[in-house]
Amino acid sequence: MPTRGRLPLRILALGYLAAILLVPVGAVIWRAFGDGIAPVWQAVTAPDALHAFWLSLLIAAIAVPLNTVFGIICAVVLVRQRFRGRRLLDAVIDLPFAISPVVIGLALILVYGQAGWLGSWLAERGIQVIFSLPGMVLATVFVSLPYVVREVAPVLREVGTDQEEAAWTLGASPLRAFLQVTLPAIRWGVAYGVVLTTARALGEFGAVTIVSGRLAGQTETLTLYVENRFEAFDLTGAYAASLTLAVLALLVLLAMTRLQRKEGR
Amino acid sequence: MSILVRNATRRFGDFTALDDVSVEIPSGSLTALLGPSGSGKSTLLRVIAGLERPDAGSVEIDGRDATSLPPQRRGVGFVFQHYAAFKHMTVRENVAFGLKVARRPKAEIRARVDELLELVQLPGLADRYPAQLSGGQRQRMALARSLATQPSVLLLDEPFGALDARVRKELRAWLRHLHDEVHVTTVFVTHDQEEAMEVADRIVVMNHGRVEQVGGPRDLYEHPANAFVMGFVGAVTRLGEHFIRPHDIEVRRQPNGTTSEAMVERLVHLGFEVRADLVLHDGQRLAAQLSRQDAEELELAQGQIVFVRPSRTRQFAEAPAG
Repeated sequence: MPTRGRLPLRILALGYLAAILLVPVGAVIWRAFGDGIAPVWQAVTAPDALHAFWLSLLIAAIAVPLNTVFGIICAVVLVRQRFRGRRLLDAVIDLPFAISPVVIGLALILVYGQAGWLGSWLAERGIQVIFSLPGMVLATVFVSLPYVVREVAPVLREVGTDQEEAAWTLGASPLRAFLQVTLPAIRWGVAYGVVLTTARALGEFGAVTIVSGRLAGQTETLTLYVENRFEAFDLTGAYAASLTLAVLALLVLLAMTRLQRKEGR
Repeated sequence: MSILVRNATRRFGDFTALDDVSVEIPSGSLTALLGPSGSGKSTLLRVIAGLERPDAGSVEIDGRDATSLPPQRRGVGFVFQHYAAFKHMTVRENVAFGLKVARRPKAEIRARVDELLELVQLPGLADRYPAQLSGGQRQRMALARSLATQPSVLLLDEPFGALDARVRKELRAWLRHLHDEVHVTTVFVTHDQEEAMEVADRIVVMNHGRVEQVGGPRDLYEHPANAFVMGFVGAVTRLGEHFIRPHDIEVRRQPNGTTSEAMVERLVHLGFEVRADLVLHDGQRLAAQLSRQDAEELELAQGQIVFVRPSRTRQFAEAPAG
């Protein structure tokens, strides 16, 4: 490409990013601090806000490890095994990308709700899924499921099976060979998948909003809390909580860039 | 330790990689599995290692039935074409891996690794990572790693296939030398007849999942069992039903009653030897190989008429398989 063409292209790319991403996010931060720091601090440390913050982290702390372990197993099956229905499994994994989170929420209610197939059975045994933590975790697991699989599978394919087989001939059990030889080889793929899963889990709104019942101080995550405040005309509260979400997102993003830098070494 | 493979068959879908193969590999030998790609040589090696399970047949290592033993318990060392280096471990950690799995004491591991790195001529590189080594060095590291646990059998799958020609030649000579020193029963897979001839003392020639012939390098060259083996272990030229080595064609300037007339179509100078592509009067083509001196004495030139006679030919009952 001639040097002349470069500058307009760069302006176009950066301008697009600024207009679509940076300006709105910046505006949130700007508006949050519109009345100084004190009201923001007050809003962030309000009991319902704190509860929402911890609930979001708790859900991510359950959903991310689940999807990490499942994602790695699933990637191994997809990459290394040949069986009938493999392509179907491959397609099903992408379902959460394709279906709107709201639909996922409704589907979960159909299955786990009071009148649902599994829900009524579970309710008889005193386990409530919908309108409580298990349902919210389920919804989050569902929407953030593909990330680890999709990040790990190509790396796993590239690494191949030679190293693991070499470890077998050296006496290592299949589990040991996987943990000590293959896992380190795919670690950046796993880490990248974990970061994406975490970001998705923290930011989830649509599916969780349906299955949570939105009980303030009980089943309200940070994203739901933001909307709650917004609808109650508590703009400072809404922007302050948004700021907390943005900071969490930034931390995740930071982790991701650090990983990319290491990977590029 | 001797290896005995009996009636091994292995299919991948519709493809038969091994078709009722039986092979005996004597203890302490250096054996090459030679064949074109798809001949089943790598599958046979992997069956011996336990990395592949035969659909039928058995594998015995040192008189013990190993057919259902996992690779962990066969006492084999395996070297891969693309090194299979553990990239996140240093050279020392790579070589020590098998010893660590076997829970050897630390001091012993250290001493053994040092000794092996000396053996494969990599001392001083113990703390490097595989990415900091050349291809030849990586393969030598992989070899040291496979020898660490003192396997009874060493298996190498196209060990020099990924290396450039010069390093490959160097490592061939070195493997031969190593085998003379360590004496471990060694089997290596190659599609390069020159490599097999140069390194091995026994060659198993394979084609289409079957063993065509087993023998010493000279044996195979002088007494090939069929047209495939004759063509695979050396250059061959044909005259009707007769198979001839190009150096077994006599080229003269004058006819002597038993010779046929031919025209030199092309001359190729390959250092000490000269290859002459000939066309007989009936249109058949022959390739003759002469020493440079003979070619000069005959004053061979393109377009020249010469008189040729095969000094030694072979005929095989069956048509060549491919």
